[in-house]
Amino acid sequence: MSTTSSTTPVKAERRLTIAEAIREGIAEEMERDPSVFLIGEDIGIPGGFGGAFGVYLGLPEKFGHERIIDTPISEKAIAGAAVGAAMMGMRPIPDMQYADFLFECMDELVNQAAKMRYMSGGKLKVPLVMRCPVGTANRGAQHGQCPESYFIHVPGLKVVAPSDAYVAKGIIKAAIRDDDPVLVFEHKLLYGSKGREQAGGLDLTAHVPEEDYVFPIGKAVVKRVGSTITVVATHLTLYRCLAAAEELAKEGIDCEVIDPVTLQPFDTETVFASVEKTGRLLIAHEDTLTGGWGAELAARVAEERLFSLAAPIKRVASHDVPLPVAPVLEQTVVPSQARITDELRKLAKV
Amino acid sequence: MIPIDITGLTRDDAMHLYQEMLRIRRFEDRVYQLFLKGELPGTLHQYQGQEAVAVGACQSLNSDPKNMDWITSTHRPHGHAIAKGVSMRGAMAELYGKATGCCGGKGGSMHLGDPDVGMIPAIAIVAGGISVVSGLGLAFKLKKTGQVALCFFGEGATNEGAFHEGLNFAAVQKLPIVYVCENNIYGASTPFHQTSLVTDVADRAAVYGIPSVIVDGMDVVAVRTAVAEARARAAAGDGPTLIEAKTYRFAGHSRGDARGYRTREEEAEWADKDPIERMALAIISTGLADAEALAAVRVAVDTELEDSVEFSRNSPDPDPSEALTDAYATPITIGASS
Repeated sequence: MSTTSSTTPVKAERRLTIAEAIREGIAEEMERDPSVFLIGEDIGIPGGFGGAFGVYLGLPEKFGHERIIDTPISEKAIAGAAVGAAMMGMRPIPDMQYADFLFECMDELVNQAAKMRYMSGGKLKVPLVMRCPVGTANRGAQHGQCPESYFIHVPGLKVVAPSDAYVAKGIIKAAIRDDDPVLVFEHKLLYGSKGREQAGGLDLTAHVPEEDYVFPIGKAVVKRVGSTITVVATHLTLYRCLAAAEELAKEGIDCEVIDPVTLQPFDTETVFASVEKTGRLLIAHEDTLTGGWGAELAARVAEERLFSLAAPIKRVASHDVPLPVAPVLEQTVVPSQARITDELRKLAKV
Repeated sequence: MIPIDITGLTRDDAMHLYQEMLRIRRFEDRVYQLFLKGELPGTLHQYQGQEAVAVGACQSLNSDPKNMDWITSTHRPHGHAIAKGVSMRGAMAELYGKATGCCGGKGGSMHLGDPDVGMIPAIAIVAGGISVVSGLGLAFKLKKTGQVALCFFGEGATNEGAFHEGLNFAAVQKLPIVYVCENNIYGASTPFHQTSLVTDVADRAAVYGIPSVIVDGMDVVAVRTAVAEARARAAAGDGPTLIEAKTYRFAGHSRGDARGYRTREEEAEWADKDPIERMALAIISTGLADAEALAAVRVAVDTELEDSVEFSRNSPDPDPSEALTDAYATPITIGASS
């Protein structure tokens, strides 16, 4: 399915950035459900930033500071407050300015949020939505990581990674309505705000319907239909894969590009169906290679569809080093379009 | 032994406090025997000696099911659970790992709790409850329900980062929380004075701008009074209070702890402050009841206790398929090949 075309276009497309789409999704849910509230650092201070990437701008004026709670720089307190409030019937949206800060509250997420329902024998639920910006942007080793994969390893958590505005609005709404803890990883170069030329001059707006809709957790999107190689990628890497696919189409290599959107639970069926058709699979992500979600997907395809494969599964990921700042070093580490194109070309020939 | 001061208590009130503490003591003693007999899986962190804290604190909380106060607990939760109203059957069956346990066998000793009576599963990560209780308080504040959350933790937890972040956040948000630190002197084997130059945990409250109080944790009435005042303050919107209850665990840190890090003299000194014996002495010396009446309470407690043991022994194991439920509220396919 295409995410950028409406089936019943009655008026000119309303195009939003991901940041605007998430803001709209959150605002709609806050209107609909008084138990939804925001909590985090620098999210509602008058004259402040509206969150690290401006996603919350305008919301405090609309919903007041009782529902948009500015906290000390205390990630454990933020996450702990969210877990506790969720158990008491609220639907908190805790905010991490950078996903790297999640490591400050691993106990609250891994030992508490993920396990409280299970430990209580199913008597409790923990409906929280943790928003976490990821992605390298010349910020170095501690403000650019993509730690999604740590959390797919934790039973009890759900992990989503929207890459376009339509999906972003729909899935943030689905996450807020979900009764389990959901971590939402958003790529900071895809927010569509100014000064994001590093994203490669992409048009980061997409058609976002004004009406209420959800995009279900656990459903992948086929972004480009093809027959030669199945490509699965998220975030900025997804767009590099799409660009690589266009480039290779001229050479007769026809890639099918899939955005998994949700990393846990993973829509393996969509990938299996594609692999049955293409016989080849390349998985690309900005997270580092070892133990990344690509490894899990590769294992599942190997377990379930090995005999559909005509060539070994290939992964393209950030190299297993911390992130450097110098642009030339940084672009060496992350999966560049050139590296993706090169690997796809090689895979097509196997 | 010096009896506690029970001036002004009615007979029923005094006997109830005595019985509640005794329920915990007898439960813990019996659990230890059952554990040594190999009937209980896992490990144990026992509460004998600290009963006045759990009972005094929980007796000050609102237990009306429509608007009840909640507690968080620790790796040593049996006393908190029983004091908060988890049934002895539910608690015992949980320790047995039976389907009829208060968490269906999924929580066990260190995660004992029951949301039905206002206790989330005990959090066995030291200071973990201090993070989470903020959210309980925040929810009550946002919903304007007048409920209060009470957080039990040991003195060892006050050296965790969560203590700092949690108390500061709760203070600045004026959350309806009562922090009850059970200072039993030892974090496992390590004495508090070796981990902090501050002698009294209560002193730490000042840096968060909240009040604190030190209370005799071997005196159930003193604990109840202190918690009642803190609860009233919390419910009035004036924010959290830190209560430090000076207490002692008569048993080791966990099963098999030979207590080589403390002297028998010190133990004898604290045994002389036994909260249950002191209460019994107070009841008899004030003439509220006689030894016979106290003996009748012991019989009632033991009857309830043995019923919980028989109930647990006769309860079924959980169905093995239960292992794969409750990880998610919205079930997802678990595992690659399922």
